[in-house]
Order: sequence, then structure tokens, then C-alpha cells
Amino acid sequence: MTVDKQVERHHKIPGFWQHYIFSTNHKVIGIQYLITAFASALIAAGMAMLIRLEIAWPEHSWPILGTLFPGAFPGGVMRPEVYAALFTMHGTLMVFFFLSAALVGGFGNFLIPLQIGADDMAFPFLNMLSYWVYLTGLLVMLSSFFFSPGGPASAGWTSYPPLSALKTAIAGSDWGQSFWIVGMAFFIISFTMGGLNFVTTVLSMRTRGMHMMRLPLTTWALFTTAAVGILAFPALTAAVVMLFLDRHFGTSFFLPSGLYVAGKLLPNKGGSPLLWQHLFWFLGHPEVYIVMLPAMGFTSDILSTFCRKPIFGYPAMVGSILAIGSLSFIVWGHHMFVSGMNPYLGLFFDITTLIIAVPSAIKTFNWMATLWEAKIQLRTPMLFALAFVSLFVTGGLSGIFLAMAPADIQLHDTYFVISHFHFIMAGASLFGIFAATNFWFPKMFGRMMNETLGKFHFWITFITYYCTFFPMMFLGLHGEMRRLYDPVQYYTMFKSLQPINVFISINAFALGAAQLVFVFNFFWSMLRGEKASANPWNANGLEWTLSSPLPYENWEGNSPEVQRWPYDYSYPGAAKDYLPQVVPEQAAAGNY
Amino acid sequence: MEEIRRMEPIEGIHGLPEQVSAEQFAPSAFSRNRKKLMMWIFIISDALLFGSFLAVYTFERFISPSWPDRWKIFEPGYLAVMTVVLLSSSTFMAVAVEGLKQGKNRRFGFFYAVTILCGIVFLAMQAHEWAHFIGLGARLNTNPWGVPLFSGLFFMITGFHGFHVLTGVLILSFIGVLKLMGKVSDETIELAGMYWSFVDLVWVFILAVIYLL
Repeated sequence: MTVDKQVERHHKIPGFWQHYIFSTNHKVIGIQYLITAFASALIAAGMAMLIRLEIAWPEHSWPILGTLFPGAFPGGVMRPEVYAALFTMHGTLMVFFFLSAALVGGFGNFLIPLQIGADDMAFPFLNMLSYWVYLTGLLVMLSSFFFSPGGPASAGWTSYPPLSALKTAIAGSDWGQSFWIVGMAFFIISFTMGGLNFVTTVLSMRTRGMHMMRLPLTTWALFTTAAVGILAFPALTAAVVMLFLDRHFGTSFFLPSGLYVAGKLLPNKGGSPLLWQHLFWFLGHPEVYIVMLPAMGFTSDILSTFCRKPIFGYPAMVGSILAIGSLSFIVWGHHMFVSGMNPYLGLFFDITTLIIAVPSAIKTFNWMATLWEAKIQLRTPMLFALAFVSLFVTGGLSGIFLAMAPADIQLHDTYFVISHFHFIMAGASLFGIFAATNFWFPKMFGRMMNETLGKFHFWITFITYYCTFFPMMFLGLHGEMRRLYDPVQYYTMFKSLQPINVFISINAFALGAAQLVFVFNFFWSMLRGEKASANPWNANGLEWTLSSPLPYENWEGNSPEVQRWPYDYSYPGAAKDYLPQVVPEQAAAGNY
Repeated sequence: MEEIRRMEPIEGIHGLPEQVSAEQFAPSAFSRNRKKLMMWIFIISDALLFGSFLAVYTFERFISPSWPDRWKIFEPGYLAVMTVVLLSSSTFMAVAVEGLKQGKNRRFGFFYAVTILCGIVFLAMQAHEWAHFIGLGARLNTNPWGVPLFSGLFFMITGFHGFHVLTGVLILSFIGVLKLMGKVSDETIELAGMYWSFVDLVWVFILAVIYLL
């Protein structure tokens, strides 16, 4: 029977459409996700450039922008509504449609079946559906840019009511906000389908010998992420359903009594805008870990590979992944310290948030211990992984300030917060994505990414990243608020800080330009890069026992038998300094 | 161009065991019930969605200065019948699945049909209840009992649950037709039964939070 199956497999070569477009193959879906996510990242990064342009030179006229976008830049000056729309869509696209999609949809799809030795995901059709629903959501989001007048949603990526619940509140509250809700609904459906698939796949499709405690930390992290997503997203689903009802059916779930808009008393009664904040952050905070955990997993695997040492404290690493995943559900209130919450409740969220520092520190010290006395190979993926640790520490330490209500009440909604989450959530995850792309590129396309371009990209990105976001901490400590359209004209006390904003913007432009190097490197290496061997990094995971690029069917029916964990580097007595997971004990001494 | 690339053996690996025992071949304890596992995870996720809605209800109720007296709004006897109909349908479904496993097709057919019937009766009763309240002037944003939020939450949550029951009835009917045509596996029927039991279980919580407490 097994033989028959194998013969059948050899005839199952799909045509172009089924292979590359409507594919149910987890590797193709992963690459589709990754490339789509990179595209949305580029769009969102472009928005960030415009935002920085406005902050550094408020209400300055740029004739070229006036020519390109006459509606948004009349006379070359950005309209305030456009500024609000830009930071809203920048956040939404980056957090959900880039980071979550690239890490979970992209690398999750690509790596999980390979690392557990499965032929595909548990439900390949559901997997394909997940990608297409995600793409639909992205297109719905982007299409809101073409509404005239009004434009896209402008209530911030958190879409706090009443701004988001009243159609007449601001320009973007009209159709733009409705499309934001619909786009998010598509994203949630897509993420739930993916999450169901990932959890089921990891639990039920591991190859023989692959116990849970032999999984690479990447898979552990992606598994936990998927589980966290399944548990956290329903709260946002409920919230967007109610926001939709508030907007279109006259309910007042989020609208309090006695609200005046434009001099008119609204008929709404009894609701509470705080309810949205609770529901949103019940998803929103786990969402932070949804994008952090996979990057932590990549970093663990990449550090171990390029240190040629086993990862330090594997069980503690797994434990801290699970601890971070579970704790993330009881910390959401730290986003709401200024909402007038009971100080005792604030104290609870203080403490739970500070507790998250414990597993995070365990991970950081384990990474340090892995680096300790190692023969470090500074290849591009390793550089990005090291930078991940750096950004994680910077962002994590600034997070401790924000975790404590007395400090947070001062720092809330200032640039300190912007700096903090651009280091830890946005930045660290971004560097994780770059590390993973460089690391697994040979498996995706059979070619290596260019090392020189990669290092150039790394150094520019790393330096400008710090230069862009670190000075924001000073702005925040001086009280400069986020989302200011014109920090100079209306807030004269910030005038003396404006040179910092100019410095930040110049670095932000360099940071943005450096990403074009990555895009070029990605596509150039895909077509012209040096051909990769099956295991160019001498790594141990199951994916490296397959050819580069990967065969269409992962194992073609001969699923591997796992003999050991994936971190046997510099194994005592072995001839080579690495032992792939499939090498049995007796063979280890002789041949490795 | 579309050739399948074969697995390249890595150099230096020898002595992979030729014969592998049956136990070693079984990849995981969960592997036989992959679909059931996914159904469980889906149910957890969906349960949290209902949990969110009920949490919202509780939140809004606590911040509201007053809340309607439900015993004056709802008819306890009517509610009891609705509840008994829906909960017993879960039992009928379980009996049907058990009959299927034992190969007793007539027993399966009878109880399966009764399950669907119970679902339809519940939906009809809910529709009647809604019609009654709408007739009294209750809408999503207004009602005769003084607290507008209450009817909004009531219609949203019971509507959401009713939608789940409707979906369940449609799935069960569709699968029933497929079963008559012999095109569906026993496992699929069991999965549908899991979903059905979940929908019934959720009703207990909705009943407790909205109607009784």
C-alpha cells in the first residue's frame, strides 16, 4: 500500500496555476504569505516616510507631493486628515498584515511541517483558504484609500470609539472605518484558520521519534503563537461585530449617554468606550506576543547554529515561551492606566506585567549563555539574530517603565511608548523576520542570499533603526505626544525639541532606503544568487536533510525518524561539529 | 521543468534502521483523530467568542444604573420548553452517533432526524420569542423596558446563538442527505455531533447570564 502511494505521488505534478497560485502546498502558501506581507510592509513603510516628513517639517510645502497626490497634498502640504489616516493605516498594516502575516502565515506555514517531519499541514485546503482570505482582507484595507471624500480609517490602529463608532466624527470615520472593520474581520478569519491548522499539525503530525521536547524552538514558538491567536482573537471579533452594530444599526455598546457631536446631543444611551479598550487590548496584548514569540524562536535556532553550541537551557526556553504565552492574557490593563481604572486593579496589572519580565529575562540570559565562549560565525542571519537580542533588551527595559502605572501615567501616549514598541514589538520582530529570511532563503529558493548586500543592509538598518527610535525616548520623557500633526505651531513648548525630530526623520529616510537593498537582494538572489547546497549552514533541523530548494513533496512518503533534539552542535566524540536530528546514536560516534 | 526533486541523502549517514516496529510508526497519540482535534480547538475558539459576548453583557450590566427585571419580560415556562428541547437534542445526537458506531442504522436514522427536528423547533420558538418582543416595540437600540442596551445585547447574543443553531441544523441536514447517498464517513457525523453539543452547551450559559441571573 505504501508503495502504491509513492507511485501515485510521482504522478501528482500540478500545473502552473495549481502549483504557484491556488496551491495547497504549505511551502508555496508560506512564500505567498511572505511576499504579500513584504509588499504590505513596503506600502506601510512608505506611509511612515510621509509621516516623518510631516513631523520634521510640519506643514511644509513639497511641490512634488502636491503634483503626485493633489488630493492629499493640496499645494504640496499634507492635510491633517491625511496624516491621521497615514498613522492609522501604517499601524494596522504593519501589526496585522505584515508582522503577524509574515511570521505566522509565512514562516509558520513554511517551517512547521518541515521541522516536525510532516508532508504538509493537517488541512491543506483550509491553509490555502487562509491565504486567500488574508489577501482579500488586505485588499479591502487598501481599497479604503480610494474613498473620496473621507479616505481610510483615521482613528488610530486601536480604533478607539467614539471616534471610530460615529460616522460623522472625523473624515475617516465614514466608509474608511467600515472597511477597516471588514478588513480586520477577514484577517481574523484567516488567522483563525491558520491557527487551527498549526496547532492540529504540531500536535498530531509529528514524525516518529519527534517528541514535543525534541521540537526546534522555532516550532515551539510558532505553535504557542497559533494557540495564543486562537484564544485571543475572539475578543476582537466580538468587538468589531459590536462596533459594526454601533455604526450601522444604532446600538450604543461603545457610546455613552450625553455625547455631543457638533453641538448636537446624540440619542445613544448607556454604553462605554472603555469596553472597546478592554476587548481590543485583550487581543492587543497577546498580539504583541504573537509577533514576538516566533522571532524569539528563530533567534534561538539561529544563535545556536552560528555559535556551534547547543541552545542553553532548552526546557527553560520552552517553559518561558509557554509562560509568556499564558501571561499575555492577564496584562491587557496596562494599556489603560489612564482610563481611570481603580488603582488596585492597576496594581494587579502592574504586577502581572512585571512578571512577564521573568520569562523574558530567562530567554535573554539563555541567549547570552549560548553566546558565551562560542566560536561565533558572523553571517547575515546571525547578525540579525544578535540585533534581535539587542532590540529586545532595549525595548524590554523601556517596557518596565511603562508597566508601572505611576510612570505610565506620565509617559502614556508620548513618543516614549512609540519608541518602546518600535523596539520590542515592531523592531525585534522585524529583525527576526530578516534573520529568518536570510537563514531559510536557501530552502525556499535553492539559492543563497548575497552576503555582502545582506551585511550592508544589516548595518545600515541596525544603526539607523537605533538612531530613529532611540531619540524618541527623550521626546517622550519631555512629554511630546504621539500623533501630533504639527508639534511646533500648536505646542510651542516642543519647539526646542524639533531638531531631534529632524534627526529622527533623516534617519528614518535612510532606514527606509536601506530596505530597498533588502528587496533588491531578495529578488536578485532568488534569480541569480549562488546555488545553495542542501545544508549550507551545517544546521541540524529536519528541513536541512532535504534538498535545496525543497522537493514538491517533502518526504515523498519516506518520513524521517528523529533520533535526537535539534541542538547537537560540537557533540563530544562526533567527527563533525553537528549532528542532524536523523542521525542515530550508534552512527554518531562513527561518522560525525 | 516541473520535475520532482528527490530527497538528497546527506553524506555520512548510514545505518538507518531497516525495520521499524509498528509502535514506532505511529507518529503521535493524537494522529488518528486529527479532525476531531481541530474540532476541539475550533470549539474552544468559538466558546471564547461567546465568552466575550457574555463578558460584554456583564460589563454593560454592571455599569448601567438599572437593569430590567427579566422575570417580567420572559415567560419562564416557554424558556423551560426551549431549553429542554435544545438540551435533549444533544442526547438524541449522542444516541444517534452511538447507534452509528454499533451499526444500528435504523436507530441512528431515527434519533438523527429527531435531533434535526429539535433544532428546528428551537429555532421556531426563538423566532416566535423575537417576534413577540419586536411586536412590543423592542429594537436593537430601543425597548419598552427602559434600558436600551438590554435589547441590543439580547438580540445580538441570542441572534448569534440562533445563527449557530441554524448553521448546525443546515450542517446536520446536509450531512444527513450525504449519508443517505452513502457519501459521508462516520467520523464526519461525529464531528457534526460535537459541534451540535457545543451549540447546546453554550445555550446553558446564555440562559444563565441573560435570562436567569
